[in-house]
Amino acid sequence: MSNATPLLDVSGLTKHFPIKGGFPIRRTVGAVQAVDGLDFQVAEGESLGLVGESGCGKSTTGRLITRLLEPTAGTISYRGEDITHAGRRQLAPIRSEIQMIFQDPYASLNPRQTVGKIVSGPMEINDINPAGGRENRVRELLEIVGLNPEHYNRFPHEFSGGQRQRIGVARALALEPKLIVADEPVSALDVSIQAQVVNLLQKVQQELGIAFVFIAHDLAVVRHFSQRVAVMYLGKIVEIADRDDLYGNPRHPYTRALLSAVPEATVDDDGPVRERIRLVGDVPSPISPPSGCRFRTRCWKATDKCANEAPPLVQVEGNKPGHLTACHYPETEALIPARLSKNPGAAA
Amino acid sequence: MTSTDQQPFLSVKDLKVHFSTEDGTVKAVDGLSFDVAKGKTLGIVGESGSGKSVTNLTILGLHDPAHTTIEGEILLDGENLLTSSPRELERLRGNKMSMIFQDALASLSPYHTVGRQIGETYRKHTGASKKESRDRAIEMLRRVGIPQPDMRVDDYPHQFSGGMRQRAMIAMALVCDPELLIADEPTTALDVTVQAQIMDLLKDLQQEFGTAIIFITHDLGVIADIADDVLVMYGGRCVERGTKREVLRSPQHPYTLGLLSSMPSLEGPVDVPLSPIPGSPPSLLNPPSGCRFHPRCAFADKVSGGLCSTAQPALDVVDGRGSACHLTLDQRDEFFADFAVSRHN
Repeated sequence: MSNATPLLDVSGLTKHFPIKGGFPIRRTVGAVQAVDGLDFQVAEGESLGLVGESGCGKSTTGRLITRLLEPTAGTISYRGEDITHAGRRQLAPIRSEIQMIFQDPYASLNPRQTVGKIVSGPMEINDINPAGGRENRVRELLEIVGLNPEHYNRFPHEFSGGQRQRIGVARALALEPKLIVADEPVSALDVSIQAQVVNLLQKVQQELGIAFVFIAHDLAVVRHFSQRVAVMYLGKIVEIADRDDLYGNPRHPYTRALLSAVPEATVDDDGPVRERIRLVGDVPSPISPPSGCRFRTRCWKATDKCANEAPPLVQVEGNKPGHLTACHYPETEALIPARLSKNPGAAA
Repeated sequence: MTSTDQQPFLSVKDLKVHFSTEDGTVKAVDGLSFDVAKGKTLGIVGESGSGKSVTNLTILGLHDPAHTTIEGEILLDGENLLTSSPRELERLRGNKMSMIFQDALASLSPYHTVGRQIGETYRKHTGASKKESRDRAIEMLRRVGIPQPDMRVDDYPHQFSGGMRQRAMIAMALVCDPELLIADEPTTALDVTVQAQIMDLLKDLQQEFGTAIIFITHDLGVIADIADDVLVMYGGRCVERGTKREVLRSPQHPYTLGLLSSMPSLEGPVDVPLSPIPGSPPSLLNPPSGCRFHPRCAFADKVSGGLCSTAQPALDVVDGRGSACHLTLDQRDEFFADFAVSRHN
């Protein structure tokens, strides 16, 4: 990954939303530090998962990458080209290569347009006329996402939540993108439907070789979908690693706490009891985040050093290359080793 | 559920809740029976539209009487709630039974302080003075783990964070020491770390007060954490019930099996696709004939004579364990074996 130019290269990405106040002249009185200095890359055909609790800045990150928001600082490069402050004209060809899938399958489809119109919309805007006509292409796309091509003339309300999300996927695929930013694409769906859409996205990613930035709060879904995972907390990446390293050997206390809080549908005596960490309190406000390490107010290992010095995101001792952790006192023991050793034989 | 010596605290018998709409009758709940004992937690799992919330609104008497037909029996401590007058129900609600909802912000009044809302219930049911109810509110806030309760009692809901609002709602629900608590997806809108806190809190409070809890959720992981017994609903009916251990480890109904195998996990293989349940949940306006799950069931063709699409399977419950499926037990052992291998290797 390090030798070739990554598809997407983000460095020092920052977004502060100003807070206006005062009378009669409204001034900026503060800022919500939604995203504060992110560095990460996405290689071609790779899927990067962004996880974190609400308010950690994961959605803002998605909107910055797609340039729906203007970054406050930092750079975004797409295929080596700096698009941080690119104008409409420069962005136009890139926009068709970066697509987005949204969380709410109800709000993200125009109720007055037919499926055909919705899915062919991106082609119309970009004036693309595929061989065989747009209608044919749309039918093809509907088939790829597992919908009946005969439903070309139906309206969104005639579909269930899962089917609507499939329409959203078809629309994102219409321009043969290289990168799809999926913002909580399955969290609004029922469990049984969620698996259908995850499988569809996985098929799309593997067969069409599209890179994904997969934003979700559900750690189990992200584990299933992403090759690399970044954990965010209050606008910063606290840990980023390959899937197996992150879930098997998390070094940041927050990653561990997050993993231990996920309820699993297993009964206790199914195996060794999982590590149990209960964080106290809530996520602090991003308007005035804690000094130093932002997690320190909820961390059980915090010391004065954590309050004074923000830990850099680095490869801490014992980590594999590419596994970066931002912590002064990284965890050292592997997580639930007994269960992990069972995994290889699990694919029966 | 094995309350042999005593009668269950809440007993729902053959409950049917039908709504009349312009398009026809919606059979939201269609013949549901269950019991909850004191100090126990019954988890009700199901997807959207399975009738789990309607069941519990009916227990509390919160349905719209003009458009609802209800049959069956709901016995709370021997008293039939379906024949109780609105006045009697009002006496019970908030006092003997209470409820926590999913959306704490929508369930709290934005115009009144948290303390007043908690105290109001207490005053109404005990006739306490303003001072007493305020003290009670502070005590409850302390008990649910709100820091500086004597200050926060005068805050408005918007000054609380999401997790704190949920705690305040729990405080409100528990202010009169109810014997039955109905929690309808109380943690769904919360982050996992806060969800874990709230579930711990509910478990602690249950231990302390011996409350019977009905916990409604779509998340089997949450069930595994909090429930004693589990009831799986599909299309307004119970398809499977048993202890948490029985249902999660050896599911007997294809739907439960499907739910479990469609869940991604933090452990186990990642390179195999998930096994979703095909199709989508049925419309309760025109539910499928026979077994309501048969159009989505992977095993419907294994039953001879097309029984699944013609006859509704009976729910035979022995010692609180049962499932409604036409497959024989031997068939299930055979077909479900793969599941056991992949999940509990």
